[in-house]
Amino acid sequence: MMQHLPILQVLLPLLGAPLAALLRHRDMAWGLALLLTGAAFLISIILFSQQQMTGETLVYDLGGWPAPIGIVYVIDAASALVLPVISGIAFVATIAARRLVEAEIDARDHALFYAAWLLTIAGMLGQVTTGDAFNIFVFLEISSLSAYALVAMGAGRDRRALPAAFNYLILGTVGATFYVIGLGLLYMLTGTLNLVDLSDRLADVQSTRAAFTALAFIALGLFLKMALFPLHFWLVPAYAHAPSAVSALMAATATKVSVYVLIRLVFGVFGIDFPGLADAVGLLVLTLGIAGAFVGTLAAILETDLKKLFAQSSIAQLGYMAIGIGAMSATGLAAAFIHLFNHALMKGALFLAIGAIAAQVGRAGMGTIQGAGRQIPLTMTAILVGGLALIGVPLTAGFISKLYLVRALLEQDFWLLAALTFISSALALAYVWKIIETAWLKERPKGAPVLVETPVHYVPAWLMVIATIGFGIFASPLVDAAYAAAHVFIGGAR
Amino acid sequence: MAADTLILALLGLPLLASALVLVLRDKPNLRDGQALLIGLITAACAIELYGRPAGDTLFILSLADGLDISFTPEPLGKLFALVAGVLWPVATLYTVGYMRGAGEQNHTRFMFFYAIAIHAAMGIALSGNLLTLFVFYEILTFSTYPLVTHKGTPEAMRAGRIYLGILVASSVILLLFGVIGIWVLTGTLDFAAGGILAGHIDPFYVPLLLALFAFGIGKAALMPLHRWLPAAMVAPTPVSALLHAVAVVKAGVFTVLKVAVYVFGIDFLRETGSSDWLVWLASFSILAASIVAMSKTNLKARLAYSTISQLGYIVLGAALATSLAASGAALHIAAHAAGKITLFFCAGAIYVAHHLTDIKQMNGLGRVMPVTFTAFALGALSIIGVPPLAGAWSKIMLMGGALDNGHLLVLAVLMISSLLNLVYLGEIVLRGFFAKPSHGLKSEAVQEAPLTMVLPLCLTALMSLALFFAIDMFILDFGG
Repeated sequence: MMQHLPILQVLLPLLGAPLAALLRHRDMAWGLALLLTGAAFLISIILFSQQQMTGETLVYDLGGWPAPIGIVYVIDAASALVLPVISGIAFVATIAARRLVEAEIDARDHALFYAAWLLTIAGMLGQVTTGDAFNIFVFLEISSLSAYALVAMGAGRDRRALPAAFNYLILGTVGATFYVIGLGLLYMLTGTLNLVDLSDRLADVQSTRAAFTALAFIALGLFLKMALFPLHFWLVPAYAHAPSAVSALMAATATKVSVYVLIRLVFGVFGIDFPGLADAVGLLVLTLGIAGAFVGTLAAILETDLKKLFAQSSIAQLGYMAIGIGAMSATGLAAAFIHLFNHALMKGALFLAIGAIAAQVGRAGMGTIQGAGRQIPLTMTAILVGGLALIGVPLTAGFISKLYLVRALLEQDFWLLAALTFISSALALAYVWKIIETAWLKERPKGAPVLVETPVHYVPAWLMVIATIGFGIFASPLVDAAYAAAHVFIGGAR
Repeated sequence: MAADTLILALLGLPLLASALVLVLRDKPNLRDGQALLIGLITAACAIELYGRPAGDTLFILSLADGLDISFTPEPLGKLFALVAGVLWPVATLYTVGYMRGAGEQNHTRFMFFYAIAIHAAMGIALSGNLLTLFVFYEILTFSTYPLVTHKGTPEAMRAGRIYLGILVASSVILLLFGVIGIWVLTGTLDFAAGGILAGHIDPFYVPLLLALFAFGIGKAALMPLHRWLPAAMVAPTPVSALLHAVAVVKAGVFTVLKVAVYVFGIDFLRETGSSDWLVWLASFSILAASIVAMSKTNLKARLAYSTISQLGYIVLGAALATSLAASGAALHIAAHAAGKITLFFCAGAIYVAHHLTDIKQMNGLGRVMPVTFTAFALGALSIIGVPPLAGAWSKIMLMGGALDNGHLLVLAVLMISSLLNLVYLGEIVLRGFFAKPSHGLKSEAVQEAPLTMVLPLCLTALMSLALFFAIDMFILDFGG
């Protein structure tokens, strides 16, 4: 049993999906989803602690076929760190989903919703676990296709979900196509798709133009999937018009998986010494990352719809992760992993809290939350803490992210970039404060709908809030795990 | 009691007070009474700790490798803890009188955040490394925001935005940059006698790094980052007292001094000449703020600019980078605290008793409020630097430090500044006692503010006096 855990946590939600669709009954479908995401979370925690204790890489041969013939699932320090993020968020979002879905989606679609929900989660977990480049593509498509459907389900309440889902589909497909073209080139050059094998054989042909072209295609495809500026335009409408539960799940996990795959491919396959990687790709990612940080933050300041506002902020936060990657160092990658983890917590908290409001009034705008601080204090406090964490206030997880990100930049003597990072993170104060002032310092307008909060509304968000603060104070395990993950790809001291 | 217990008490007691404020929110007398009582215990702990020899580091927890929350009772920090600890109960008593006398709302929220701010000030004072200091520095910023915007008017909100904008932006853009810079350069964040920077950095970059701290510590209100301080004047007067004397600006200049002494090292600063530019900027800040103060006729606004000018003294002391100047700066933290809190207490007493805020309306008011105006005169004389009041010593020590370092022009700056202080603070005293009454009060009979306000301001005025004679206890030795 124990040795099958790596496959089981992908398989459970994958097989649960058709079952959920067949169940037809919404509570049973929800219960199944809760059970399976919970199981996946438990498994990923076990895998994580196993990996942490032994420090070894767990390789699972699918069907008993060893690599490079068969497909392998690999639990190393990096995938062991990202798995609990995905499955943990999925579990908490599933808890919240019941009430949100009831409020926002037509009752006869609920079973289908949970089917797509489980599929997209299975796809994300698969991308993280698999050690095969084509298998990544398969899971990428599984998670994306079901995500398009999930976004489109927002149409019952908000017709704009349809064009948003369509745009997302087109651009997502373009991204996936780029990825698979790059993969084709690699296969042509090396004749293998296993990541370890690829990395070995690529060493012989690494100065060919085809290899560099493959890198360009793969990186570009993943830039699109991770919504790196300026390839981010699909993200904001998709998050804003999707059902609230979907916004929470995707904002916290979807782009993170692509960040992980990018690191896995670029550093795990091509390697830091690949000709042109450190200069061309590194510089490109740094530039786009910092530009995205500014563009996302400024757009968030101008935004009045809360879901859009925090979706724009996600663009900025993904920019920070890109900066960590672009630093091309162990500390930089560790910073990217730390922020990947922390940002999932913050955005999970924020979107779950916003979802609790949107499910009641349809749209969480500045007008809706005016003076809401006293009416729904727990929900608004969750937004307050999440917002402060986005700025990087001490004792929140965001602070730890910022410390290591800037440290990575300063170690490489990127002083100017460090300064720009500080400025953009300070600008985040403007949009966070706008919300705090509106919610806490203004009176609730007369005739505004009365917002309520019950445990189903705030408990999921608060689980994330507690984690955000917890990992801001006791960051040691995360930092250690992130460095271990970074050392999978780049050697070097702490 | 062990020194560790005292540190924990100083940090924990204000938190306990804030928690009890919430618990007792429906019983105003009990709520305020416990805050006063806990304040007195805190003051006793601060005095006790000050008398102890420098203790070991108290480790609390580690965020991650090399990122510890820890506290070290070193002399400078103990002095600041003493200032905050002793003035807190006095300010609490005054706050109770003011909030009731002036009919302000939301007392519970006010008392709650007041106590949190003291907690943060204690954390800054006793911090054992830059990370701890930064964490409590930010807690102080966010906990004082609800106090600044207490009135909830559009004007207060605007002031709050300026307050938060300048303080947070400067700290997360520049101060944190400096902190992480030090971390990367030296591999440690711990404060150490003599500094930790020497040998880790090309001297050419030291002035730049110093600038990150000088401007990053917005609470020190060094020009041109001073705008938040006059803006925050919209808050109730006890907040102004808290901002100016007890916690906020003092935390700012204390941080500047602490970083200069324990991170850069004053010898390292002097030998590399890295702080010369800061000497001139601080001098400019001293004179310019004084000149602006003269043009203000609103009493609190004038006092606010006076504070900016006085903070310049302390930054100057750090920048002169001699042992004597640094001790003078440390002393001035205490001296200015006692003096300026008296002045603000008086301003609040005048407002509560007669609803006057403009200096021009205060002609002859000294005869109506003799106690208040006498205390004001004592506070003003201390700020100007006239013996036998505390401000005289710190000014003399700063002058000595300037001489040591060969900065003769700084001597002139300090003298001119004293004259300017005399003009703009003396004017108020003179109007009060000697000018023809113009305040429009019907009777000439004595009419003071409530006792809960008059008592604190007498106490703090006497502190200025006592400090002058007990000077031996307040001279710190930084070596070098």
